[in-house]
Amino acid sequence: MSQIQLWTLLFIGASFAVYLSIAWRSRVKETAGFYVAGQGIPTIANGAAVAADWMSAASFISMAGLIAFLGSDGSIYLMGWTGGYVLLALLIAPYLRKWGKFTVPEFVGDRYSELVRTVAAVAAVIISFTYVVGQMRGGGIVFSRFLGLDVTGGVVVAAVIIGLYAVLGGMKGITWTQVAQYSVLIVAYLIPAVAVAQQMTGIPIPQVSFGQILDELNAISLELGMAQFTDAFAARPQIDVFLVTMSLMIGTAGLPHVIVRFYTTKSVRGARYSAFWALLFIALLYTTAPAVGAFTKLNLLQGVNGASTDALPAWVDNWAATGLVTVGDGVTTIGSVSNNPASGADLIVNNDILVLASPEIAGLPAPIVGLVAAGGLAAAMSTAAGLLLVISSSFSHDLYFRRVKRDSTDKQRLLAGRIAMGLAVLISIYAGINPPAFVAQVVAFAFGLAAASFFPVIVLGIFWKRCNSAGAAAGMITGMVFTATYMIYTLPVFGTEANPHILDISPEGIGAIGAIVNFIVTIVVSKMTAPPRDEIAEMVENIRYPSERRAVAAASTTENS
Amino acid sequence: MTEVTPDKKDGGGESPPSSPPPASPPDNGWRKEYWSRNLRLMIILLAIWFIVSFGFGVLLVEPLNEIVIAGFPLGFWFAQQGSIYVFVILILVYAKMMDRLDSQFGVDEQETEGAAS
Repeated sequence: MSQIQLWTLLFIGASFAVYLSIAWRSRVKETAGFYVAGQGIPTIANGAAVAADWMSAASFISMAGLIAFLGSDGSIYLMGWTGGYVLLALLIAPYLRKWGKFTVPEFVGDRYSELVRTVAAVAAVIISFTYVVGQMRGGGIVFSRFLGLDVTGGVVVAAVIIGLYAVLGGMKGITWTQVAQYSVLIVAYLIPAVAVAQQMTGIPIPQVSFGQILDELNAISLELGMAQFTDAFAARPQIDVFLVTMSLMIGTAGLPHVIVRFYTTKSVRGARYSAFWALLFIALLYTTAPAVGAFTKLNLLQGVNGASTDALPAWVDNWAATGLVTVGDGVTTIGSVSNNPASGADLIVNNDILVLASPEIAGLPAPIVGLVAAGGLAAAMSTAAGLLLVISSSFSHDLYFRRVKRDSTDKQRLLAGRIAMGLAVLISIYAGINPPAFVAQVVAFAFGLAAASFFPVIVLGIFWKRCNSAGAAAGMITGMVFTATYMIYTLPVFGTEANPHILDISPEGIGAIGAIVNFIVTIVVSKMTAPPRDEIAEMVENIRYPSERRAVAAASTTENS
Repeated sequence: MTEVTPDKKDGGGESPPSSPPPASPPDNGWRKEYWSRNLRLMIILLAIWFIVSFGFGVLLVEPLNEIVIAGFPLGFWFAQQGSIYVFVILILVYAKMMDRLDSQFGVDEQETEGAAS
């Protein structure tokens, strides 16, 4: 126990020292460096930074646990969060890179109008903020278990460190820090996964070998009162699996902190390959996660099945102290296990602990447990930093500069951005201590909103010249209002009553429908109003080609592009 | 199919009306050709994207689960592993094909990075 704490402190301390020194060395003063790292990041490094930016506390800490308890339907997260990159790479990244400015609202501002820019900036701040809260919570869980702090203390420590280097370094510092964080988090994820796979099947490739335990896992799941692991649609109806997957995909492609990453490459070609490297790096973790979920669940169930409550494995006690594992009152032997406190099962295990506890459950040595804790923090911190940057740039660039003070200097804008970042840190500390739902769910809401607001207007802005500002503004507003309304209607976490789902559609899946609503409203309103000016058509035309056409014999005048 | 439909329909056929400024430059031909080839490639790749994920991983998962390979029911495997591998390959194919298209049309960027493996 104290040995675990020692190793945890060691790994977390060492990795933090590396992040902070990178951030300090690459701190910048000029605006371009702050927001888009001077557009000089090599493709592979940018891919790793996207991967770290993207893989949050939800991916690292919560996802395998969710999949373990959702079984086959956990694929909504796996396919949803990776499939979005295909949309991003094919429909968005190269074009926005060609156009190349600082923020996502800036694209819609130039493409449509100042009004649409403001709507987009406010949406970017709301989405990023919803998402950052999940990260603060994730950091808090790690600290509360391994450093013996309460969740409040953990959240504060994580927030102070994230805020410090995000404010100092800007995008350049964040990019290189995120490359380091990707390395830490992927090593921390793969080492225990490989060790557990080797221990349980003799084959050290978790992606391949977890097939061998599925039969066993199906059988013991039934025995302990859960659905068979590989049965589809046990956790959610088919239509909902479809819609949630779609929402997460569209949301991924519409997330401002991911899109803005593709502004940091050297070229349009670089943006395409960055998307490839990013997904490759992400796939390393995402194909391992279902294996970690399956192995850990089998280990966990075998460890407690039929055990008497005074002879439970040590990890149960360790985690019971955080309140994330509970043994039912008056239970003497464990006959049922669940992740749902309302189920009345003998042992309740919170999804969020599964990855962090996996090495302990498998009985791996203390240094590995410490390494996983450092990885979880790396995931939470890298994402939070990227989000804070979006909040800061949307605020200073799209709201302050555009709306408040047109003649502000670079210095004033940087200051406004840093103040916005600081405020966001403070508010997210509060929200991280009092989270509205559990980590991965909070993130799912951010996705629904991103899907229903940004994706349609960006894609239509690139692929449909006739799309105009009235359409885009109307589409974004209806999409967001529709989606948010349904979420508030079906969820108790906003202080409202939880109403039953309509047509089996969950609040996580509503974003896909919100996006369709947005598409339809944008198209209809655009058709009913005047077409955009010629310069806009020209701009759209230009972002479709990576560069000027090289002097080919036939081409005489190229001045129009 | 939700979100790809509008671009498919509208992306291809609307470029002539919006660009009638006086001296319509002679290089419009290659532009249309480049863009329609780009769109065709995109639509093919997105069709594969849809079939693998929503087709095999959601709509057909139950019949595919009847087939078990190396312990994995096939539908379950597509949903949790296979579709992700396909996504990675799709983006690589897209980047490579676009490289070819760009250089064919002379719009490739001069300061390429060579980081592409």
